[in-house]
Amino acid sequence: MPDARRILVLYAHPAHDRSEVNRPLARATRRMQDITFVDLYSEYPTLEFDIDVEQDRLRAHDVIIFMFPMYWYSTPAILKEWQDLVLEYGFAYGTGGTALSGKTFLAALTTGGPETAYNAEGYNHFTIRELLAPLEQTASLCRMRFIAPFLLHSARRAAEEGRVGTHVAEWRQVLAALQSDRLDLEAAAKVSHLNADIDGLLKEEL
Amino acid sequence: MESLLLQATIYLAAAVIAVPVANRLGLGSVLGYLIAGVVIGPLLGFVGAETKDLQHYAEFGVVMMLFLIGLELEPRALWAMRTRLIGLGGLQIILTAGAVMGFCMAVGIPTSIALAVGLVLALSSTAIVMQTLSEKGLTTSEGGRSAFSVLLSQDIAVIPMLALIPLLALPELVVESGPSGPVIGETGHVEMSSGADDHGSDADHGSMNLLEGLPGWIVTLILLGSVVVIVLGGHYLTRPMFRFIAQAKLQEIFTAAALLMIIGIALLMTVVGLSPALGTFLAGVVLANSEYRHELEANLEPFKGLLLGLFFITVGAGINFGLLFSDIFVILGLTLGLMAMKFAILYVLGILFRIRGQARWLFALSLAQAGEFGFVLLSFTTQNGVIPADLAELLLLIVALSMLFTPGLFIFFERVISRRITVEMPEEDEITETGTVIVAGLGRFGQIVNRMLLSQGHKTVVLDYHNDLVAGLRKFGVEGFFGDPSRPELLIAAGIREASVLVVSLDDRQKAVDMVQYVAREHPHVKIVARAYDRIHTYQLYAAGAREIVRETFDSSVRAGKYALEALGHHPFAVEKAARVYVKQDRAHLADLARLWDPEQSPTENEAYVARARQINDELNAAMKGMRTEFHDRTERGWTPPPKGGKPQDDGE
Repeated sequence: MPDARRILVLYAHPAHDRSEVNRPLARATRRMQDITFVDLYSEYPTLEFDIDVEQDRLRAHDVIIFMFPMYWYSTPAILKEWQDLVLEYGFAYGTGGTALSGKTFLAALTTGGPETAYNAEGYNHFTIRELLAPLEQTASLCRMRFIAPFLLHSARRAAEEGRVGTHVAEWRQVLAALQSDRLDLEAAAKVSHLNADIDGLLKEEL
Repeated sequence: MESLLLQATIYLAAAVIAVPVANRLGLGSVLGYLIAGVVIGPLLGFVGAETKDLQHYAEFGVVMMLFLIGLELEPRALWAMRTRLIGLGGLQIILTAGAVMGFCMAVGIPTSIALAVGLVLALSSTAIVMQTLSEKGLTTSEGGRSAFSVLLSQDIAVIPMLALIPLLALPELVVESGPSGPVIGETGHVEMSSGADDHGSDADHGSMNLLEGLPGWIVTLILLGSVVVIVLGGHYLTRPMFRFIAQAKLQEIFTAAALLMIIGIALLMTVVGLSPALGTFLAGVVLANSEYRHELEANLEPFKGLLLGLFFITVGAGINFGLLFSDIFVILGLTLGLMAMKFAILYVLGILFRIRGQARWLFALSLAQAGEFGFVLLSFTTQNGVIPADLAELLLLIVALSMLFTPGLFIFFERVISRRITVEMPEEDEITETGTVIVAGLGRFGQIVNRMLLSQGHKTVVLDYHNDLVAGLRKFGVEGFFGDPSRPELLIAAGIREASVLVVSLDDRQKAVDMVQYVAREHPHVKIVARAYDRIHTYQLYAAGAREIVRETFDSSVRAGKYALEALGHHPFAVEKAARVYVKQDRAHLADLARLWDPEQSPTENEAYVARARQINDELNAAMKGMRTEFHDRTERGWTPPPKGGKPQDDGE
C-alpha cells in the first residue's frame, strides 16, 4: 500500500459553540487517525497568523481542506484573511511560488438555504460551484487540483430533521477515500458536490 | 507528666509511621490511622483501656469537622444541589437504613435497636471517599460529584440522627448502665460499654447541664435562645471580632480566636444539653458567606486532622480481636453482605438518577462502606443505652472492616471497570466541568480579572490580605475572602486542589513569586496566570514556574503608543500592524531572556544573557535609526502586493 495521503483540515467557524453541523463534523475529523485538524479561530482568535507556521503546514500535507459554514456566499472572514496572508507571492504563486503545486483542494461547507435556492431560478441565483469560483481560481493559480465541495444545505434544520448523522458518516467516508487515494479526483472535479454520489466516485479496488 | 509524654510519643510515632506507609500503598490516611491503632492496641498492647478516655477528646475532631462542613455549605450552593441531596442522598439513607433494619429484625433484634443499627450502617465514610476521590482526581467527575452529594446529605443527616437516637433508648440498658462502672468483657478488654462511658463523660454532662430541674417551657426557651445566640452571634459579632484580631496581624491569635469560638459554642451547647456538633455545624453555615471563611478553614484544618486521626487510632486500638477471630467467618460474611447490599442500593439509585456507565460504578463502589460517623454514632448509641455493648462491638468491627476493604473497591474500579466500560469521552473542544478560579489579590488588577471571569459565569474565589479592602469591596457585592494567599494552608482551604486556574495578582512581588513556586510544585494541574511588576519580576516568575506572565503596564503602554502614532497622522491600521509586530517581538525577546536568566547570577555576569540582550538591542537600534530591516518586513508581510512586473504564474523549472 502506498503512503497515506496527508490531509490538512483548516476549520473556521466564528460561532463554534452554537454550531449544530460543523461541530460534529469537526469532532469526527479530529478523531480520525493521521489528519491534521486546525481550528483557525481557536489558534488565531485575533486573526494574527503565524505565517511561517501556516506555510510549513501546507508544505507538509497533500490534501488541503477548508471546512466552514458559508457566510455571505463566501468563507468566514478568517479564511479570507488566511488566504491574504499565507498564500504569499513566491510561496503559493508567482516566481518560485510552487509550494502548493499538485496538492488537492476541497471545501467542506454548510449553507443555510435549501438546495433549490442555489440555481438560476432560485433566490440565490447561482450554484454553489459558481459561488465557489474564487476558491476554485485560487486553487488553480496555486496549481492545486480543485474538486467538488462536500456540502450540506439547510444546515439550520439538519439536526431536527436527523440529517447530521448520515452527513458525518459520509464525511468520514470521503476523508478515508482521500487518505487512501481511492477517490477518483478527475471525476470528483466534475460533479456538483461530492456527496451527491460518493460510491460512484470511488476508484475500483485493485 | 512522664506517662503523658510516653502516651503522646506512642500515638504520634504510630501515626507518623503508619499513615505515610498506608498512603504509599494507596490505602489512604484513614486506614493508616486505623492500622496504627490496631498495632499499638490489640496487636502490641502499648495502649489499653485509657484509649476510651482519649476517644472522648478525639471526638472533638468530629465537632470541628462538622464546623468545617458547615463552612463549605453556602446556602446558595446547597439550594443548587437540592435534588441530589434530598433525592439521591435521602433515598440512599432511607433505603439502606431500612434494609439493614429489616435484616436485623429478621434475625430477631428488637425494632428500636434495629433502627439504630440501620442508621449507623447507612452512613458512608466522607473522610476515606473524599480523600481517595481527590487523590485520584475524580472529585469533579460525574460519579465523584454524585458521591459527594450523598456524603453531604449523610453529614447533614447525622445531626437529626444525633437528636433521634436518645429517643430510642431502651430503659433496661439505661438502668443497667447507670451505676455499674466499667464492664470487663470476656476477652479481658475494657469494653466500650455504656457503663464505662457513663462513668466518663455523661457524668460530666450531667453535672454540666444547668437546666436540670427547670420547668419544661423554660428549658425550651433556653434551648431556642442558645441557637439564636449562635446564629445572630455568628452573623453580627464574628465580623467585628475577626476584623479587630486581623488588624493585629498575629497569625496565632487568629488561630486562638477560631479555637475559642468553636470550643465556646461546644461548651454552650453542652451546658444546655444540646449536641456540640449541631452547634458548631450551625455556626459553620452562618459563617459560610463570611470573608473569614477560608482563613478559618486554614487555621482549624490541622486541629481537625490531628483530632480525627487520634479518633481513628483510638477506634483501631479498640477493635476486639478476640471477638473477630472467634467468629471470623460470620463477621467477614456480615461485612461483605453489608457492602454488597449498600452497593446494590446505590447502583439502583444510580440508574434512577441517570448516572451513566462508568460514573454509576464509581458512585456505587465508592460509597459501599460504612463510615467514621458510624463510629461516632456507635459510641453515642452505647452511651445512650440504645445499642447493647456486645452488639456495638460487633458493629464496630463490621464498620472498621468495611472501611478497610474500601481501597480494594477503588482498585477494582480502576483495574476492571474503567478499562472495560468506555463511556463517551468528554470532547476536547467542549467545556464540560470547569473548576474554580482562585484570584489572589483584589487590587486594581485582580478586580478586573475577577469581573471578566464572573461575566462568563465562572466561579471565582477571591483572596486578599488587606482586611479593609475585602470588607470595603463586600459592600459593592464583590465576594472576597480575607487571608494571606501566599500561605499554602489558605490556598488549600480556598480549594486549590480542585481549582483549574490561579490568577496571581498580588502587589507584593516576593509573595507572588513564592506563591507561584509553591503552586507550580505542589499543584501542577493548576494553570497559573501571573501579574509581573517589571522585567526582572517576569524572569523571577518564569523561574518559579509561571508561563502566562503579564507585565502589569505593558498592554496599556502599547495602547498609549498606538494613540501617539495615530495622533502623528499614521493610518490607524498601519499603527495596528506596527503594534502587533512590536508586541510579538518584545514578548519573544522577553521569553528568550527569561529562559537565559539565572536567579543565582546577576544578569551582568550571565554571559548568555548579556549576549542575547546586546543582539536584541542592536536590532532595536537599527530599527530606530530607520534601517527598519526585519521589523519593516514583518509589518508589511502578507499584505504586500506582488512585485511590479512580477508574473502571477510561475513559468517554472
